[in-house]
Amino acid sequence: MTDLAVEHQTPAASASDYVALLKPRVMSLVVFTGLVGYVAAPGHGDPILGFAAILSIAIAAGASGALNMWFDSDIDAVMARTRGRPIPSGRVAREEALMLGLTLSALSVVTMQLTAGLLAAGLLAFTIFFYAVVYTMLLKRATPQNIVIGGLAGALPPAIAWAAKTGALSVDAGLLVALIFMWTPPHFWALSLLQKDDYAAARVPMLPVTHGAKVTRRHIFVYALLMAPVGVAPYFSGLGGVPYLAVSAIGGLAFVALAARVLLSKAGEGDARENRSARALFVFSIFYLFALFATLLVERSLGL
Amino acid sequence: MSGIVLTPEQERARKRRNVWIALSIVAFVALVFLITVARLHGAALEAPR
Repeated sequence: MTDLAVEHQTPAASASDYVALLKPRVMSLVVFTGLVGYVAAPGHGDPILGFAAILSIAIAAGASGALNMWFDSDIDAVMARTRGRPIPSGRVAREEALMLGLTLSALSVVTMQLTAGLLAAGLLAFTIFFYAVVYTMLLKRATPQNIVIGGLAGALPPAIAWAAKTGALSVDAGLLVALIFMWTPPHFWALSLLQKDDYAAARVPMLPVTHGAKVTRRHIFVYALLMAPVGVAPYFSGLGGVPYLAVSAIGGLAFVALAARVLLSKAGEGDARENRSARALFVFSIFYLFALFATLLVERSLGL
Repeated sequence: MSGIVLTPEQERARKRRNVWIALSIVAFVALVFLITVARLHGAALEAPR
């Protein structure tokens, strides 16, 4: 038998590569919306159990990110935005991302079950399944409605946290889910107008690729019109106070105004100056969601 | 010599990864302990006296 000595040529993966597999930026948004769901839910709640519930949601989001990077490494290798990720750049093997994702999925669901019982753990498991299997494996490469339906996975964390604290779901929890669900399409379509060529090269059927920029701009505007009232609704259900009403009403109007600017522009048609409106809407959409949830958090923290 | 030979940099990276895995396991054990204490405490408060 010959000498089997092999020199591995792959660069050594560092801890930060494994952290990158967990999509920490997505994780931070999920932690924030989950935290607000937990704080806004009725009851006192144990701080240790609250911390464990939010940590479980964060780990589950990270696990979903790793499973997404495992499955989508071929797409990530083509797109400029994702080319430097750990798998396409060769620093982490695909199988490692898969194992990390599966291990963290199991750990997060078990921890949630120990912390908060079956409803929250079941919802968490469903969210991971929905993001990793329904969105990543089934929808993303199949239909331009991918982010509309897949957005449910990103919308559920406040309801999971709500269920973790109260052991039940309510209309208020549903409103928080509905808000993120309606916010997701205009947020991602604004981004996809800017990255249309990348998605086309990777053969991802995003709306601007399949139906063109004009149809996408119209969709953004319609969804903004539908989303703005959903943003205000928590005031009328009693979840939010007057400060929330003010922030959500002004924020919603600004969102619709920016979406109207996108509608009237030629964003996504190759002219960098025309793309400014889509970039402005994308940036503002992040601020809008953050402001609404932060207002709820402040209101509850101050006992308003 | 047979088998896979790692470069010194890869060996250092493996060591660092192992330390992180060990720390993660310790943190998980501590978390389960704290969750158990918190739940027992909550159940004790709710129990009829």
